[in-house]
Amino acid sequence: MSTMAVPDVAVAAVDEGFWTRTRKVGLTLLALGLLSAVLFGALATDQQARFTLSDDAAGAALEINGTIGAILFGIIAIAAGAALLAGVPKRWFLPVLAVGLVGFVLSFLCWQVSAAPTGQNFMPLVNIIRGTFILALPLIFGALAGVLCERSGVVNVAIEGQLLMGAFSGALFGSISGNVWVGLVAAAIGGAFISLLLAVFAIRYLVDQVVMGIVLNLLAVGVTGFLYERLMQTDAEKYNSAPRFSNWEIPLLKDIPVLGPALFRGNIFLYVGLLLVLVIHIGLFRTRWGLRTRSVGEHPIAADTLGVKVLRVRYRNVLLAGVVAGIGGASYTLALYSFTKNMIGGKGFIALAALIFGRWNPTGALLAALFFGFADQLATYLGAINSSIPSQFLAMLPYLATILAVAGLVGRVRAPAADGKPYIKG
Amino acid sequence: MSDSNPQSGSPDKEPASEAQAAQNALGNTERAGTTTTPKAPEPQPKPSLGRLFLDNLWAANTFTVTLLSLVLAIVVGAVLMIVSDPDVLHTYTYITARPADALNSSWTLVSEAYANLFKGSIFDPEAFSGWVNGSNGWQAVLAPISETLTYAAPLVFTGLAVALAFRGGLFNIGAQGQATIGVILAALAGFLLPLPPGLHLLVAVLAGALGGAIWGFIPGILKARAGAHEVINTIMLNYVATYFLTWLIVQNGVQDPTRTDAISKAVDTSAQLPRLLGDNLRVHAGILLAVLATWAVAWLLNRSTLGFELRAVGANPDAARTAGISVTRTYILIMVFSGILAGLGGSNMVLGSTASALTPLVVAQIGFDGILVALLGRVKPWGVLLAALLFGALQAGGNRMQSYSGISLELVTVLQALIVIFIAAPALVKAIFQLRAARAARLQTSLAKGW
Repeated sequence: MSTMAVPDVAVAAVDEGFWTRTRKVGLTLLALGLLSAVLFGALATDQQARFTLSDDAAGAALEINGTIGAILFGIIAIAAGAALLAGVPKRWFLPVLAVGLVGFVLSFLCWQVSAAPTGQNFMPLVNIIRGTFILALPLIFGALAGVLCERSGVVNVAIEGQLLMGAFSGALFGSISGNVWVGLVAAAIGGAFISLLLAVFAIRYLVDQVVMGIVLNLLAVGVTGFLYERLMQTDAEKYNSAPRFSNWEIPLLKDIPVLGPALFRGNIFLYVGLLLVLVIHIGLFRTRWGLRTRSVGEHPIAADTLGVKVLRVRYRNVLLAGVVAGIGGASYTLALYSFTKNMIGGKGFIALAALIFGRWNPTGALLAALFFGFADQLATYLGAINSSIPSQFLAMLPYLATILAVAGLVGRVRAPAADGKPYIKG
Repeated sequence: MSDSNPQSGSPDKEPASEAQAAQNALGNTERAGTTTTPKAPEPQPKPSLGRLFLDNLWAANTFTVTLLSLVLAIVVGAVLMIVSDPDVLHTYTYITARPADALNSSWTLVSEAYANLFKGSIFDPEAFSGWVNGSNGWQAVLAPISETLTYAAPLVFTGLAVALAFRGGLFNIGAQGQATIGVILAALAGFLLPLPPGLHLLVAVLAGALGGAIWGFIPGILKARAGAHEVINTIMLNYVATYFLTWLIVQNGVQDPTRTDAISKAVDTSAQLPRLLGDNLRVHAGILLAVLATWAVAWLLNRSTLGFELRAVGANPDAARTAGISVTRTYILIMVFSGILAGLGGSNMVLGSTASALTPLVVAQIGFDGILVALLGRVKPWGVLLAALLFGALQAGGNRMQSYSGISLELVTVLQALIVIFIAAPALVKAIFQLRAARAARLQTSLAKGW
């Protein structure tokens, strides 16, 4: 039926002359490296840039002279760019690119840390890593919700709404019952409720899925905002004082230097999130359920011919996605903050970006979410050391990165073939 | 096979005439609805006019579905009000003993809220009797309408922006971002350029359009050249624009020097849109521009070559390319025009009476609301105008509902979302009310094609 349709333009063929994609990326990286070596090197000061292995300035630290560091890491980026430009085996592309980008970021950090006001020339790595993961947490859950939905062929733009509804019902029912676990279940159901609407309207009534997602986001903002003002604002004690999950320390893992105190002494949602990435990755690529999900997302007619119940798979996955996103929402209200109006504030859309950036793959989505979380945390850190870089520009980073990714500069991003196309049996 | 003469545009004849027919049908039903005197379709003269009217009344045509969607949304809104009011909810605990209590208190709550919604947006009988008695001026009578038109004006622009892109097969979620850049350039032109009164306004409005055009061009060219999906890019650009705005406001030369919070200098009075009904009423010339824009978009879509190409590309890009239409050029033009409209909506927000300086929230939600308006207006220019009026009325009435009945303004967001959900799924409305199948109207709002 719709197998022949190619909706996108994609007529601009990739020119396979000298300027292959690898070379273009290499050239960009080379330019970035030059920029960092020259500009960051010039702007950096002679202060030692200290990367402390703790929460504050104390303790052991990795130290490097600011100017030397900025230039050195810039040269690493240049070298990586040159390698890509000269041509490397295909399987080396990603590692070399990663090395180059890390070099660029480190060069930038050497400049920033060394140029900070005296006495603040340090970057507490434990703090940064912990912050990165905490900020990435809703993105991880949201992006996983996207993976579940879109791998089975339903576009999920409603991640924002699912997170918000999860956060809200977690806070509401957690407060009423006074029990975190009730709150967690309620959050999952809240997320699934938005998912249910998405599923019914997209699958049963064939409404355009992107349209439905956008409208559901607005609905979630409206409903939670309305009930927030009516219930939570008038009686916060009763309706908006959900109990919080206490910190869980994981034996053995918590003693790993740097990573232990950063990751394994706290947030239960972080463990759940990381576990879910693993479970969904294995599930998607190693189990019968995963094969069926992917086949329904890529070629529903073929799947149907082989006896897979296309619509049932889609309903189930969309609902599961809502559960996952709902729990992600609860990671706000049952662990960190009390509910406020529109508290997700666009994280759902960054999660969508992480999903696309991670190429509809759970592990890729995790990495993308961490990258975005790092950008977010870096903005906070740079704000604290009075950096000359405006925090708003760092906050733009995830969005710009996604635009570049989608435009084909970082690699070809391809959605599941049947993503967004309703399936009509017959 | 037989298209020997592509110059005459024959390959696209069929879809164009089909669209035309659908449009005529829609136009008929819509007009029929508003004037309550439906035109009988010519071919079957047998049944009487009254009979046809009754038939059409309960058929799933555009007008009936729209009306019933409104009713459904209002009912759900009422339920939300009741369940969120602890006092009223309490009466339901003894509903079997004294059902009158529960029903009365619910009715009072809901009817009062919706009455305020009406009084705040269309007509307030008290103000009217006050005018007759002489206790208040005529302005008070027109105040609700003035508010409605004020809120509707920017929504017309963003609604048209989204609708135009839809007709060309693109889903422009970026009206918000385009309006944001529009608002920035309009405001900058408004307080940085020293120009004489008339020219200043013109330049400021056009600056807004330019900002929108730039922000629409980016996803347009990415779509055309790299095949990057516009939905993703426009979502991302919305946020880039928002962050740019929050950064810009606090820069030297932009921020109001007397303030420490994030607010810019005020737009000069010479660059503000003139108010239509005196200084006490907020309605301004933006609504006239909006009507003009609606007419222009209608002309563009239905009468111009570009509009024809646009619709052809929207209907089937492959066929359009075969017929010799440059799809890439059309995509870029669609996004630029869409951006211009959204940018004009943005300039409305800062040059009109809603605000006169940049703040982080100056654009409000007009871009996202524009999506709803476009869908509610069935992506037809004049439909968009009506839909924007309805949304403007909800917004204006919502303000009164909030201050008089204490019902949060968020309820309006809920109502708006619900209306569009029901409209997007006519089959659901049809099933709930057991409507007859429609005669002519096509009730599909499904437009985009996934990623």
